[in-house]
Amino acid sequence: MSQTGSISAPQNVPQKREMHVVYSTGDRIFRRIVTAGALTSLIVLALIGLFLLARGVEIFRDMGPKFITGTNWTAGSGDGIIPAEFSIGPMLAGTIVTSLIALFFAVPLSIAGALYMEFFAPAKIKSTLVSMLDLAAAIPSLFFGLWGVQVFSSMGERWAALTSHYLGWFPLFNNELEIFGRSPFIAGLVLAAMIVPIITSVSREVYSRTPRELVDSCHALGGTRWGAIRAVVLPFGRSGVVGGAMLGLGRALGETVAVYLLLNLVFKYNFNILESEGGNIASLIATKFGEATPYELKALLAAGFVLFLLTLTVNMAATAVVQRTAKAQS
Amino acid sequence: MSTTSDLAVQVVEATPTQPWHKPRSEQRRDALVYLALAVVAYAIVMISGVAGPDGFALVFFVEVLLLTILRSRNIGKAKSTNAIVSTVIGAGAVVAFVPWMSIFVSLVTKGFHGLYVGYLFGDMRVTTPDDELNMGGVGHAIIGSMLMVLIATAITLPLGILSGVYLTEVRGRLTKVVRFVIQSMSGVPSIVAGLFIYTTVVTLTESFSGFAGALALSVLMLPTVARTSEEVLKLVPEDLRAASYALGARQWRSSLMVVLPTVRSGLTTAAILGVARVVGETAPLLLTALSNNAFKFNPFNGPIASMPMYVFGLLQIGTEYSIARAWSGSLVLMLIVLALFVAARRLGGKDKR
Repeated sequence: MSQTGSISAPQNVPQKREMHVVYSTGDRIFRRIVTAGALTSLIVLALIGLFLLARGVEIFRDMGPKFITGTNWTAGSGDGIIPAEFSIGPMLAGTIVTSLIALFFAVPLSIAGALYMEFFAPAKIKSTLVSMLDLAAAIPSLFFGLWGVQVFSSMGERWAALTSHYLGWFPLFNNELEIFGRSPFIAGLVLAAMIVPIITSVSREVYSRTPRELVDSCHALGGTRWGAIRAVVLPFGRSGVVGGAMLGLGRALGETVAVYLLLNLVFKYNFNILESEGGNIASLIATKFGEATPYELKALLAAGFVLFLLTLTVNMAATAVVQRTAKAQS
Repeated sequence: MSTTSDLAVQVVEATPTQPWHKPRSEQRRDALVYLALAVVAYAIVMISGVAGPDGFALVFFVEVLLLTILRSRNIGKAKSTNAIVSTVIGAGAVVAFVPWMSIFVSLVTKGFHGLYVGYLFGDMRVTTPDDELNMGGVGHAIIGSMLMVLIATAITLPLGILSGVYLTEVRGRLTKVVRFVIQSMSGVPSIVAGLFIYTTVVTLTESFSGFAGALALSVLMLPTVARTSEEVLKLVPEDLRAASYALGARQWRSSLMVVLPTVRSGLTTAAILGVARVVGETAPLLLTALSNNAFKFNPFNGPIASMPMYVFGLLQIGTEYSIARAWSGSLVLMLIVLALFVAARRLGGKDKR
């Protein structure tokens, strides 16, 4: 090599050395303190679960599986003539029904919103829309309840009446009382409005990470805008959207005030979503908390534990999905 | 020579065109067409049984969709699908954005009546549900919320920053776990946080208090502060750390005296976003701080009012004036959240510059 004379590889390139970090005593103390601080969230999360379980375990023992599958919530009389009986079955069903209604409406709308913001909106209004969306995600849920009761309800009732009129033969939309206010349907719609901002912003972020070259090459091959979206953007963003939807689901499952204000708490399995009775676990806790007997309070804590487990599972799954896609795409 | 100069002139004259943009005339024509469609839709709403703004929106959408289909008869399948789907996506986006825009509008239009100068400084001690809107106020609730949020910030800001530092500087063995837990924790339902503080703090001290409320808010605030801190710290260039080490600084010195000071305003943003996240939370306060009607400055003793509980309580009363006051209180609360957001945005831009 060196015989050619002109250019030769340098003979003695220093080897890249392993970096040895030696932590001083100060460093070690610093790292301990920071680690301890970072672990508080872990500890708090564990404590929440433990305390709710510890205070509610008596109910789980007394009621057994009926706590989930039963139909009654009776505090009983103090003298024990009417036995206390607690079961969150109908409320658990209500939680799931309202959240599913919310997801059913929120997901397509959010996808449309995210696609519009990312690919259709003029550049001028796009940045405004993005910051407004951020603000919308911070609207307290109380306002959705307030707006739902005062502004949206009348419109929602009309939609419910129409649905029942034309689709009433289907058991889900059956409503014999012809009273349409304060139903799981309306609560679900308001929950949908509540979770649209979060799903939209997660989806938009995923869509914005679509490799520009792929979209451009779709256009270059003569594809239309929708062609590019369908061929590249939607498949690319699918798992991110799923994660966003699950985050939204987590919020809808645990929502208290909006559902409390919008739904008549009736202790009954209600799958006729247009009838004005229902509730969810969180609104059950908010409703019964004020005048609960000590034993009933334990039942409420047990209900809180179930809700905690439910939302934590959904959220952990959502987090796993979102973090995995973010990692795969970056 | 002359040919080259001619060429140069031609090059100068070439202005960039954007063939994919519609020309002005076409835009103007489209606007007119849409206006005409809106008028027709309005007429249909007036005559037929379809009613209300939702009915109008539906009729308008159907008209636009029909027009799109008609227009795209002869342009090939791919293009016509594109046109139709674009219309549908646009409509979906409008439906997605309308609810929260409607909330902003209703807050202003319905909350505006109840505002007067004394509203921000008064309390509800002597105001009954049927008193007119020139009485009573939200001052006690603002003070209560402020106290609770301050305590919550004092607790969560250090912990949140420590979490951020752990995730970006220390990068210990538990980095992945901590990040995962923080993210999952942000989904803990607010009422569960309230229940947790109730079974621990309220039961232990045997009293509802602003402090208990603040603790419940902290549980909800911590994930936001921690996550934002991490995001901000990630923006610090690695060179800065390397330079600090090269100068002989130990890790603790370079973290505390080089990295953290550069993101001071970013960390303030984290705190502000955390506050914005929890200032409107109702459910946890329902179980921990309750509410009261008068000014109170001691967060450690007995129930204390807050903005969201003020609104919630008035809604429960449900008289005409109570509901008007609830809207006004909500408007004030929303303005506070808005101010926090603007502040966060202003500060957030600072570090990057």
